[in-house]
Amino acid sequence: MAAPAATQYGSPDVDAAGQQLFDELIIQDSRIEPRDWMPEAYRKSLTRQISQHAHSEIIGMQPEANWITRAPSLKRKAILMAKVQDEAGHGLYLYSAAETLGTPRDKMTEDLIAGKARYSSIFNYPVLTWADIGAIGWLVDGAAICNQVPLCRASYGPYGRAMVRICKEESFHQRQGFEILLELANGTQAQRDMAQDAINRWYAPSLMMFGPPDDDSPNSNQSMAWNIKRFSNDELRSRFVGMIAEQVKALGLSLPDPDVRFNEDTGKWEYGPLDWEEFKEVLAGRGPCNAQRMERRREAHEDGAWVREAAAAYADKQARGAASATEAA
Amino acid sequence: MSEANASATRITPGNALRPEDIAASDAVPSPEAAEYALWLGDDSLILAQRLGWWISRAPELEEDVALANIALDLIGHARSFLTYAGHASGRTEDDLAYFRREPEFRSAHLFEQPNGDFARTIARQFVVSHYQWELYSRLTHSTDATLAGIAAKAVKEVDYHRDHSLQWVLRLAQGTEESRRRMIAGLKLTWPYVEELFADEPLIDALGGAAVRPSSLREPFDAAVAAVLAEADLEVPAVPGATGGGRRGVHSEHLGYILAELQVLAREHPGASW
Repeated sequence: MAAPAATQYGSPDVDAAGQQLFDELIIQDSRIEPRDWMPEAYRKSLTRQISQHAHSEIIGMQPEANWITRAPSLKRKAILMAKVQDEAGHGLYLYSAAETLGTPRDKMTEDLIAGKARYSSIFNYPVLTWADIGAIGWLVDGAAICNQVPLCRASYGPYGRAMVRICKEESFHQRQGFEILLELANGTQAQRDMAQDAINRWYAPSLMMFGPPDDDSPNSNQSMAWNIKRFSNDELRSRFVGMIAEQVKALGLSLPDPDVRFNEDTGKWEYGPLDWEEFKEVLAGRGPCNAQRMERRREAHEDGAWVREAAAAYADKQARGAASATEAA
Repeated sequence: MSEANASATRITPGNALRPEDIAASDAVPSPEAAEYALWLGDDSLILAQRLGWWISRAPELEEDVALANIALDLIGHARSFLTYAGHASGRTEDDLAYFRREPEFRSAHLFEQPNGDFARTIARQFVVSHYQWELYSRLTHSTDATLAGIAAKAVKEVDYHRDHSLQWVLRLAQGTEESRRRMIAGLKLTWPYVEELFADEPLIDALGGAAVRPSSLREPFDAAVAAVLAEADLEVPAVPGATGGGRRGVHSEHLGYILAELQVLAREHPGASW
C-alpha cells in the first residue's frame, strides 16, 4: 500500500486520500508511522503530548538528583544515580520520537526554557527527605506506569515503541521505590515516621497526575478517538488507588485518605475529594518549586551553550577536513 | 593458600567481580593492603560524589548520561575497594564511607577538586582516567587476588572514561576560542594536583607485588597525556605542584564539605539500615 508522500501535503486529492487511509488505520487499531499522512491536529496534539512527556522526564531528574550526594548508603547512591540517568535516557527517546513529527529537539528545549511548554506538575513539589525518594518511586512512578502502559499501544508508532522500553524501566524504579519504603518501614521509629510523612505528602499529588476529572478534561475525547489515550483519567486513577491500597498494607503504613474503599456495586476503587484548586495553581506556575525547577533547567542550558557551540564547531572542522582530504586524494 | 589469595576467586573467569561478591568472600587483606585499598576506594568515592553533582546540570542530555555512567562506575570501584578494606577491621563499605572522619580518608587532592565549569571537570577526568588506566592495567597482576580482580573489572570501564575525556579535550581545545581558553584554564587548575598521584609512600615498600608503585606510572602517563595534548595543540601546563598529603590523611579544604554532604543523613541515624 503506497502512502501519500509527505511533501504533497496541501494538495486536496492527497489530503483526501491521506485522511481516508489514516481513518482506516485508526479503525483497524493499526499504527501511524512518521512518513504516513496525518491530520495536522493529530501531529500537533502528539507533538505537544510527547514533548511534554520528554520535558517531564528532564525536569523530573532534578528532585531526585537532589538526594544523590546525600544518599544514606553507597548501594542506594548507585541505584539513585542509575535511576536519574534512566530519566535522561527516557527524555532522549521521547525527544527523538517527537522529532519524527517534524519539530527539532532544540526548538522543544527552547520552548521549555521560555516557559511555553509544560511538564508534569508533580515535579514542582519539594523532595524533603530520603523517604520522599521511596515515595516518588512507589507513587509517582507507579502512577506514571498506570498512565503509560496503555500508551505502549498508542496509534503513533514511534511513541508506542518508546513507551515499551520506558515502561520496563519505570516498573523497575517503582519496585526500587517500594523497597526503599519497606526498608524504612522495618527500620527505626524515626525511619517509619519519615516514610509515613512522605506518603502523606505524595499521595494526593500522585493521584492528580492522572489529570482533571473526566467531566473537566478538554483534550481527552479527541485523544481517545485517535487511539492515543485508551482509558479515561478517572478510570486510571481508580485503578491506581486500588493498586496502592493493597501495597500500602505490605508496608504496614497507611494512605492519608479515609475514603479509600472498593465499591462492590461499581467494581471500582473510590477515594476522597482532591484539591483541584491546588492542582490548577501548581499548573499555572504557582507551586512550591516551579521557579526553582525552571531556573535550574535554564541555568544548565545557558551554562552549557559554549560547550555545545564548541562541539558543533569541532564537528564542522572535522567534516571539512575530511572533505578536503577526499578532494586531495 | 594465603588469606589474600583466598579472595573472591570463586568468580569464574570472565565474570566481573562485584562488591557483593567481595562482601560474601572470606578474603582478608593484610593491614597494608587494606590501607592501599582505602587509597584507591577513597579516590573513586570522592570523585563519584563530585561527578554526581552534574547529573541534571550537564551541557547536553547525552552528557548527563555519560557523566552519570562514569560516576556509577567509580561508585562501583569504591564499593569494591572499601568492602575489601573493611574485611581487615570488621567494617562494611558504608561504615568506611559514612563513619570515618576526614583525616581517616586517603584520597589524593586531585579527586577533591571542585567541578568548576565543564572544561575543568573534563581536565580532572582526563588526568584521573589516564592515571587510573595505567594503574589498573598493572594492578591486574597484583599478588593480592582480590585487588587484581577489582582492577580487572575497573580497567575496562576506565578505558571508556579515558576515551570520553580525551574526545572532549580535543573538541574543547579545537572548538571555539572560548572553549579553547576554558580548556587551557581547566588544565592549568588541574595540573598542580598531578604530582601527588605518582608519589611513593612508605606503604608501597611494605606491599611488594600486591601494589603498583606510583612512581612507575609517571612515564607511561606522561607519554599518553602528551600525545593527546599534542593532537589538541595544547601544552602540558607549567605550574608548580601542590604539596598533597592525601595518602596520609592531610586534605584540601574541600574534603570537609564533601564529607558533610555525603555523610549527613547516615550520621543522623547511626545504626540504621537503608
